[in-house]
Amino acid sequence: MSKHTITVTVNGQATTQEVDSRLLLVHFIREDLSLTGTHIGCDTSSCGACTVSMNGQTVKSCTVFAVQANGASLETIEGVAQGGQLHPLQEGFWEKHGLQCGYCTPGMIMSAKHLLSKNADPSETEIRQAISGNLCRCTGYNKIVEAVQYAAAKINETAPEEVPA
Amino acid sequence: MIPGEFDYYSPGTLAEALSLLRQHGSDAKLLAGGQSLIPAMRFRLSMPAVLIDLNGIEGLEYVREDNGHLAIGAMTRESALEDSSLVQNRFHVLADAARVIADPVVRNRATVGGNIAHADPANDHPAVMLAYNAEVIALGPNGTRAIPIDRFFVDLFQSDLAENEILTEIRIPQPGANSGGAYVKMERKVGDYAIAAAAVQLTLNGDTCTSARIALTNVNPVPMRATNAEQTLVGQVITDEVIEAAGVAAAAACDPSPDLRGSIAYKRDMTRVLTKRAIRQAMERAKS
Repeated sequence: MSKHTITVTVNGQATTQEVDSRLLLVHFIREDLSLTGTHIGCDTSSCGACTVSMNGQTVKSCTVFAVQANGASLETIEGVAQGGQLHPLQEGFWEKHGLQCGYCTPGMIMSAKHLLSKNADPSETEIRQAISGNLCRCTGYNKIVEAVQYAAAKINETAPEEVPA
Repeated sequence: MIPGEFDYYSPGTLAEALSLLRQHGSDAKLLAGGQSLIPAMRFRLSMPAVLIDLNGIEGLEYVREDNGHLAIGAMTRESALEDSSLVQNRFHVLADAARVIADPVVRNRATVGGNIAHADPANDHPAVMLAYNAEVIALGPNGTRAIPIDRFFVDLFQSDLAENEILTEIRIPQPGANSGGAYVKMERKVGDYAIAAAAVQLTLNGDTCTSARIALTNVNPVPMRATNAEQTLVGQVITDEVIEAAGVAAAAACDPSPDLRGSIAYKRDMTRVLTKRAIRQAMERAKS
């Protein structure tokens, strides 16, 4: 059984394709779905440029087979902006110059988005730890951290007030 | 790179998985988190003809207290250990290790069972489980058996698991009173394997050590305990000299390979240093 038909929901849209069992998820995303925002930066599962969200968890899509995503819900960088509106993280990377070449950026945003979904007000240390699976060769990470802090502040200021119990 | 071709199965139950293992024998590899296996397949260091994916089997992800021990389901994701207050509060060697295994993204996918079954001395859990005197539960066609951790690691990438067995659970005995542990790892950067790492679990009676287990990561072809280092501690009042002796013993006992992470001499010396740090931290926790 080396060919499989898989159905995956990507950025809210279901798609069914036949794939080789050895097809990596990152190649499926980039080549079968033409979503090239997810990048390949290494061969060793180190760099995180391929980071996507699968069933609500960030994963390195180069280290998952496409067949394993059968029935899963995927979010890629292309799904982060909603209705043409930049996500606060994307705005933060813009405002704070959190990118230079942009190669690590989709992966960084996916990891940062995952962090903010679990921890709305992360400390600098928590941000650095959360992105420690994503490598950047350009920025030295400081502006990336500032971008995430910008996004957290923006999200928290627009979030509905928590009513004390 | 692209892995070699393989047939892929995703069984829904352990029974199905066992049946597939029986059918395919040595042609098959089990796929857990895939964070060690898939990179190996991408380099074609591993080319199984058949992959049996365990991710579709429910009921293998849990961290709970069972009859006085910690029971971890084999498919428990590493990230779940960081989220478990039981682990964070009471199993410090494990909690320390959970923070330094690979990186946070890999930890969302990597599993505790896979880390151990892979029998790679570079992985972090083998030394942790050796320090805890854990037990591995294996399911085969004839039922389950409990494998003491001291018997589990046989050789490089070789465990005591038979070809037709699946690792289903890891059991860690409750550390007793006045017991403490730590895992100290040195790595070039987050996500790298250890230059060296030491796992220590010990018990004190006042200032005297009554029991100790010391295990090392990535400085030996097989995950190992530094039993000579343990013997320098047990029955002794732990002083700086005793700790240094334990570190020296651990450094002498291991057999590191030189590579980009360091020379043999460097890795041995880091083993000495990290063993000492882990002992000190374990003692602090035992006293608190």
